[in-house]
Amino acid sequence: MSETLSNTKTMNMIEAIRDAHDVAMERDDDVVVFGEDAGYFGGVFRCTAGLQEKYGTSRCFDAPIAESGIVGAGIGMAAYGLKPVIEIQFADYITPAYDQISQEAARIRYRSNGQFTCPIVIRTPTGGGIYGGQTHSQSPEAIFTHVTGLKVLIPSNPYDAKGLLIAAIEDPDPVIILEPKRLYNGPFEGYHDRALKGWKDHEDGQVPEGYYTVEIGKAKTVRAGNAVTVLCYGNMVHVCQAAQEEAGVDAEIIDLRSLLPLDLEAIETSVKKTGRCVIVHEATKTCGYGAELMALVQERCFYHLEAPITRVTGWDTPYPHAQEWTYFPGPTRVAAALKKVVEAK
Amino acid sequence: MDGFARTDTVTDQRDQGRGFRVPKPPARPGETPDFSGINLGEPGKLPLLDAEAPVEAFEPFHHDLLRVLDMDGKAHGDWAGLVTDDDKKTALKAMIRTRAFDARMMRAQRQGKTSFYMQCLGEEAIAVGATLATRDGDMQFPTYRQQGILFAKGVDPEVMMNQIYSNRKDPLQGKQLPVLYSFKEYGFFTISGNLGTQWPQAVGWAMASAIKNDDKIAVAYIGDGATAEGDWHQGNLFASVYRAPVLLCVVNNQWAISTTAAFAGADKNTFAARMASYGLPALRVDGNDLLAVLAACRLSAQRARAGLGAVGIEFLTYRRGAHSTSDDPTKYRAKEEVEGWPLGDPIDRLKQHMIVTGLMTADEIDTLEKDAETEMREAENRAEENGLVHAGQGAEPAAMFEGVYAEMPGRLREQMKEAGF
Repeated sequence: MSETLSNTKTMNMIEAIRDAHDVAMERDDDVVVFGEDAGYFGGVFRCTAGLQEKYGTSRCFDAPIAESGIVGAGIGMAAYGLKPVIEIQFADYITPAYDQISQEAARIRYRSNGQFTCPIVIRTPTGGGIYGGQTHSQSPEAIFTHVTGLKVLIPSNPYDAKGLLIAAIEDPDPVIILEPKRLYNGPFEGYHDRALKGWKDHEDGQVPEGYYTVEIGKAKTVRAGNAVTVLCYGNMVHVCQAAQEEAGVDAEIIDLRSLLPLDLEAIETSVKKTGRCVIVHEATKTCGYGAELMALVQERCFYHLEAPITRVTGWDTPYPHAQEWTYFPGPTRVAAALKKVVEAK
Repeated sequence: MDGFARTDTVTDQRDQGRGFRVPKPPARPGETPDFSGINLGEPGKLPLLDAEAPVEAFEPFHHDLLRVLDMDGKAHGDWAGLVTDDDKKTALKAMIRTRAFDARMMRAQRQGKTSFYMQCLGEEAIAVGATLATRDGDMQFPTYRQQGILFAKGVDPEVMMNQIYSNRKDPLQGKQLPVLYSFKEYGFFTISGNLGTQWPQAVGWAMASAIKNDDKIAVAYIGDGATAEGDWHQGNLFASVYRAPVLLCVVNNQWAISTTAAFAGADKNTFAARMASYGLPALRVDGNDLLAVLAACRLSAQRARAGLGAVGIEFLTYRRGAHSTSDDPTKYRAKEEVEGWPLGDPIDRLKQHMIVTGLMTADEIDTLEKDAETEMREAENRAEENGLVHAGQGAEPAAMFEGVYAEMPGRLREQMKEAGF
């Protein structure tokens, strides 16, 4: 983490993301921001609010509802020498751009042997918990982590959201940032029937003003413990903390933050210490990112394991509307898994 | 309309669906070629436009055909004034060298020196003509049939052959297929194998130029078949919405492997008219007429540099050869079509023009052709000395792990070690 020390300010995740854009645009004239409703209106989640007014329509503008065209144009801008920061309105809408992302952005450096590069950032709100149904709730991280040439990040709090976005904008390669939309306005532990919490009382809601970055590829241990290692990211970081309290087990909770590249060292060190591992994500189970984590832990920590590695994930169904909380891997399901893994002999 | 499709008459009982139609080419092997559905216009008929003319002034060019040269080599009309004698000489040389290079590489493929090659036989005027309308600093986003750009820009053919042979001196170190070149210093964007993706990228590059208040332009190319991709439509829309300084060149060579342009809707409306439907000024141009190609691109480039945005250009041409060395067109089209194409061959037509106007003699042209042949033979000898991938003389194996990212991540370092490097 590199940091120019400054005052901190309470920010929710939206304000932190907006601030990151502002800092990057102020520092570098080549940073341009665009997406559907991202210009005048400032985005449906308001993450780019005020940027057009401050920097003009050439640096922050609206785009047609055409995701492939948006990313394709961004790739061309990056080839020219700009640093495009693209907002795709919902991660569910990103698939029309999958060809441009997976076979163009991710491959341009390699196929041109370094003559051309593609330093673009694509931000998109991910995950559920907002009654968004199957087209506003999905977690498509695994379709990007399977693509070499990309970097894939998922912050779980305002501090990381700002620091990772600035780091991504400065990165020389294409970066996808999945922003858990349920966390925009406050940490969410998965208790949908309890009062909303804001970021103001949370340590990571205290965000430095000005420039700092969070290093891409570094996980963060949010709770140290000895009984079991919990690997999670995004929404699930908060769910896992609640589940740890419910289960009353001494879990070590690791917020991966960066899925590609992955902080294998942090994972390996922790699992070798605890001998047990629970992997939690909101995305569907089969071929999800958890499968890769499970394989890596097995390859590297097999002789240290004292119990089978366990996954807690969304079910293999489309994201339902009425049954949202049955789908969502909440603290009760995670707590049960923690107990089971810790008690396994 | 560009009616390069058979009239809808059902002759086979099995094809009697309720109005269901699958387009058919006018002629299959053994049948007589028929180009009568294509509007061929006439040389010199369409008036010269002002580069800053309003978009409505382009309307006559959507369905008619901009032509300068007639079939006897004579130039007609004011568009001819946009092309100088020096341009013609430069273009002829580049077109002849392109063809000589292709011939050499087709032979090399048959000799087993490379697994794969794609020629641009009959389409040389388009890439060469468009390139003469560009300046250093502009960026072209080609498909695999615009190698003419590289000959117009002066790339050393040996370097291209090194890539075709994926040898030790391959500039891309074996990472990309033969013919999918990348030459940034010559304003030539890395070619993708996925069709159509370059179209919105070229538009984005041009948007960046406009954002930076630069006068550089982009040139995008796409084949008739790939216009069916969503990227073509989105790119056209973005070019129009953001007024991007880009020349949007549809190379309509009638065939996408074995299907005709009718599968991209060409018999319903011209590509020029369809680009115009996005609000773009658009021209339909004889792609086998170097003078018409260069004149159209020069005017369009001038317009784009002046801040008036994109121009869509449909080049009417014919794919004389197979799609690639892996294709055999005798299986699906009448071979007489090649010689029957009503707009002839671009090199033959430019040669004739040079001779009838006295710009060059037949002997001088003959020398040009012989020199090109010698140049390509010698380049090939040098490239072969650098090795052939199929003879086990390819690029360094370890190079495959490099350049996935700016900095090699831990997982790749590990895998590289596992692979034995």
